[in-house]
Amino acid sequence: MELTDLIISAAKIGGLIFAVILPMVAYSVWAERRVSAIIQDRVGPNRVGVPFTKIGLAGLGQPIADGIKFLLKEDFTPGHVNKFYYWLAPALTMVPALLTCAVLPFGSELFGEKMVIADLSVGPLFIFAIASLSVYGIVLAGWASNSKYPFLGGVRSSSQMISYEIALGLSLVPVLLIFGELNLGAIVREQSENGWLLLPLWGEGAIWNGGVDRLLLLFPALIAFVVFTTSIFAETNRLPFDLPECETELVAGYHTEYSSMKFALFFLGEYAAMIIGSGLIVTLFFGGWSLPFGWDAMLMGDATEVPWWLGLIHIGTFFAKVTGFILFFIWVRWTLPRFRYDQLMKLGWIVFFELALLNVFITAGILILTRSN
Amino acid sequence: MSEEATVNVQVDGTWIQVPKGTRMIEACKQAAAEVPHYCYHPKLTSPGNCRMCLVEMGMPPRPAPGEEPELDKDGHAKIGWMPRPVIACANTVAEGMGIRTDSPLTRECREGVMEFLLINHPLDCPICDQAGECTLQEYSVEHGKGESRFLENKVKKPKSVEIGPRIRLDDERCVLCSRCVRFTREVVDDDVLGFVDRGSHNVLTVHPDRPLANNYSLNTVDICPVGALTSEDFRFQMRVWFMRETESICTGCARGCNTLIGSREGKIYRQTPRENNDVNSAWMCDEGRLGFHYLNSDARLTEPLVKDGAGHRPIDWPEAIRRAAEGLAKYRGGGLAVVASGRMTNEELYLARTLAETLGAAAVDIVKREGEGDGYLVHADKNPNTAGARAVLKLRSPGSKLKAIKKGIEDGSIKALLVLGENLLKAGFEEGTLKNLKFLVSSHLLANPTAKLSHVVLPGAGFAEKRGSMVNATGRLQRLNKAVEPPGDAREDWETLQDLNRAVDGLDGVGEIADVFAEMAERVSAFKGMSLSKIGGGGVHLIDTDERVPLLEREAERVREGLIVG
Amino acid sequence: MAIVVQRPKLTLAERCYLPALAKGLRITLAHAVRILRRKKKVTMQYPEERWDSEMPEHYRGAPALVTDEHGRERCVSCQLCEFICPPRAITIVPEEIPAEDRWAKVEKRPKEFEIDMIRCIYCGMCEEVCPEQAIFLRKDYAITGTSREEMVHDKEKLYEIGGVREGLVNKWNELK
Repeated sequence: MELTDLIISAAKIGGLIFAVILPMVAYSVWAERRVSAIIQDRVGPNRVGVPFTKIGLAGLGQPIADGIKFLLKEDFTPGHVNKFYYWLAPALTMVPALLTCAVLPFGSELFGEKMVIADLSVGPLFIFAIASLSVYGIVLAGWASNSKYPFLGGVRSSSQMISYEIALGLSLVPVLLIFGELNLGAIVREQSENGWLLLPLWGEGAIWNGGVDRLLLLFPALIAFVVFTTSIFAETNRLPFDLPECETELVAGYHTEYSSMKFALFFLGEYAAMIIGSGLIVTLFFGGWSLPFGWDAMLMGDATEVPWWLGLIHIGTFFAKVTGFILFFIWVRWTLPRFRYDQLMKLGWIVFFELALLNVFITAGILILTRSN
Repeated sequence: MSEEATVNVQVDGTWIQVPKGTRMIEACKQAAAEVPHYCYHPKLTSPGNCRMCLVEMGMPPRPAPGEEPELDKDGHAKIGWMPRPVIACANTVAEGMGIRTDSPLTRECREGVMEFLLINHPLDCPICDQAGECTLQEYSVEHGKGESRFLENKVKKPKSVEIGPRIRLDDERCVLCSRCVRFTREVVDDDVLGFVDRGSHNVLTVHPDRPLANNYSLNTVDICPVGALTSEDFRFQMRVWFMRETESICTGCARGCNTLIGSREGKIYRQTPRENNDVNSAWMCDEGRLGFHYLNSDARLTEPLVKDGAGHRPIDWPEAIRRAAEGLAKYRGGGLAVVASGRMTNEELYLARTLAETLGAAAVDIVKREGEGDGYLVHADKNPNTAGARAVLKLRSPGSKLKAIKKGIEDGSIKALLVLGENLLKAGFEEGTLKNLKFLVSSHLLANPTAKLSHVVLPGAGFAEKRGSMVNATGRLQRLNKAVEPPGDAREDWETLQDLNRAVDGLDGVGEIADVFAEMAERVSAFKGMSLSKIGGGGVHLIDTDERVPLLEREAERVREGLIVG
Repeated sequence: MAIVVQRPKLTLAERCYLPALAKGLRITLAHAVRILRRKKKVTMQYPEERWDSEMPEHYRGAPALVTDEHGRERCVSCQLCEFICPPRAITIVPEEIPAEDRWAKVEKRPKEFEIDMIRCIYCGMCEEVCPEQAIFLRKDYAITGTSREEMVHDKEKLYEIGGVREGLVNKWNELK
């Protein structure tokens, strides 16, 4: 590896994680508060703007003020906790969420450089491997706090996450079967050329171009989408599946004993996971960075390399789609009531597990029928 | 009272038996039927001029010769009611008499009298000190009309007139009951008040050359049923409804007049006499009544002090007690003396005695405080508890050992002195003498020269700031009650003395003042069988003396003459 | 006796939950859209927007002392408000009006009159009990301060808030 490669990688990491994902995390908290307010006929944080001026910016300064507040608050460590794991747990929730960013293609190419930090050929597998680590953060937090509510929260969370990981994994198998590919970049390029998985209206995917198989596959893809999205809700501990931190029963769940920045890491880790989850959904089902209706090919024209402006458009498209999904996540949160724990488990084990398994066979069947020749 | 000296009286339909010669108003009171009144006062004669106590009265008709009186179902003769009302205050009951205090006629009379009284009343209750304990207010609620039918202009009368150094008169509020006139004339023989002018211009006034300046003038404020006479001292200080009243006794002289101390939020605002027919009747002297102001003084000591070079510095209580006890214990066995005070309670005196016994003090005595009696209530002995000190400290002649103590200090045989609440420089000691002492501990209320010379100064509590008992000149054991807390860190003296006792004898302490009294009752024969709670509000007679209270003697004489109820 | 609750029979659509979910999402979206299009307004942006003009006549704000048209301070320091005040917010120290004062015949006035606005519960009993029509609850409601001391309204401040009130009963007129 050469020095330039290192620098480029560092730039991509810095650019994506620190310039985009982390501010996005902060602002999705703000968005959550504003959207919830709007849904509930309120106003939400609309005051904090530029300090010492009357410029309000519709409250856009709020996340920064919140961040400063989190940093300045007393970082209290209770005397009865297991110090090592207590300190480790918040990091373990935040880090996996950010690590999974590595394989997400957030753009096509910019100046000939692929807009993905690590162009792995086992993208989804890497994501599952890393994402399942985040359960350790919660389990350790619950265990190390040495207190009953965090403990119950941790237990609930681990069983919930393990349960839904099965559905999550199985629901993706049909998608991977359809694309026959494990490289997320390649999957996106495929969708860019031949229609998104859930919108096969151009290239070879379009029915008038002989894409009968894609039309038939729309049904299992839809099932996969529903199961996958729902499982992401469960994995990120968001309503309607936020039982690990269900405050009416468990005070604040696994992070009851946390304060200041350590609490903030749990809090923001949830949003980071939500962003990554949205990115994954977008990548797999909605064509990642690609523009719809084959406009990519149209804009490329005869160029062999992606021009810089199109590269920027692709990055913008990706994040626009992600933002749309974040808003969807927020919208769902402020609409649905919380599930009961047994309903949650029943849904995971009896409905989604079987549905996802069945979906694998349906997809395989359709593929055999349509592509066997 | 012998059997035949009672009569049957019917009050509001109920038959009761009262002694013959009882005033109708007192008979009603016994039947729990309160009759409103302004001019009537049991300690004064009854002129019957306010007309507020009008009641309906009836007697059984005298039967014709040979005729049997008609009886009701209770066996009493049927009452023939008189068509006009009579005053209840000046008439006495008779056998078979009927009184109606709640009949339509009675009610009408009261309403009429109230309306007349209020015609010229200024209605300045918001600024009137009497508001809250004003019978005019009370009766106007019960018997008043609520609105005035008087369309003419009210008569203006003198307001806010100083009729004496301690009394302010407001003639517009006066209901002309003449209680004050009778008090000054009958009780204190200082006939300076009277009514002048006629009709609705009739006003109370003072002799042009003689102000109402006698030592009992403030009693007129107490007996004034309205706000016409108010106290200069209490004027506009505090509304009466805010005050908490604590039963206590006056410590101005050996009389021990019973008092009520009015205080609010730790501050005393006034002291009024409390009726006790064995001590002070219903009166007290102005001097004693106003003698509480030093408790609110800025010169009060609020924390224990120790000598530090030329001056003193504050110190905490445990350390102050430790230093005092160590300093005194050094001269154990004859090297020290205790000067107590006749103003201390029995409990404090007893603890001083045990302390002196433990340390083997050479002498224990109190400072004598002689003044002049006035032939009414004021006693010549200005110490409130000389009799108690005699009993507790076993003193034959209080104050006689002070000379010996002084001599002992001068010749160096007495090296340490414990002074309790006395300024020795006013008791015949010189500064040079006290400077001879190796160790001087004193407890005081106010900063004074003796405190200045002391090595350890312990702040004490005034008479209204502590519980305890005292014995007055007639040998009556009476109780002080705590009305307010001592200022700052100052404590009740018995606690300080008890701590000193425990510091020198090393025993475990007893907790409460009642325990101290119990211990004293065991060891001092005069208090045998007594306890602090047995004393009660009016005190108990403890020691037989041949003391007489001149004012009570005269009052008893007037009761015998039938002039007053008593 | 136990009550048997008959569980409702659910249709397939109801059981699979998704239609209800969509319905819920539609409701919340409708609310959001209505707020965004400013069709509905609930919140008042306080310091900029105020409801002062809509305040009813009987509004109970900060209590204050008033002077009458002759410039006389109406309070005679009867201390009834101090007595009635449920949270004991009022403290009055009375004094005698000196003989040379124009209103010497009133005899009494407050030397100090303090209302602790941290304690005040705006119940209005002081106004109700006042026999001199001297204390009124004004419409001032934004009572703030940066220290406890600042939140104690002294006599000067109370007269400043209260101002002059005309047409009240004049008890202390020439005929009195």
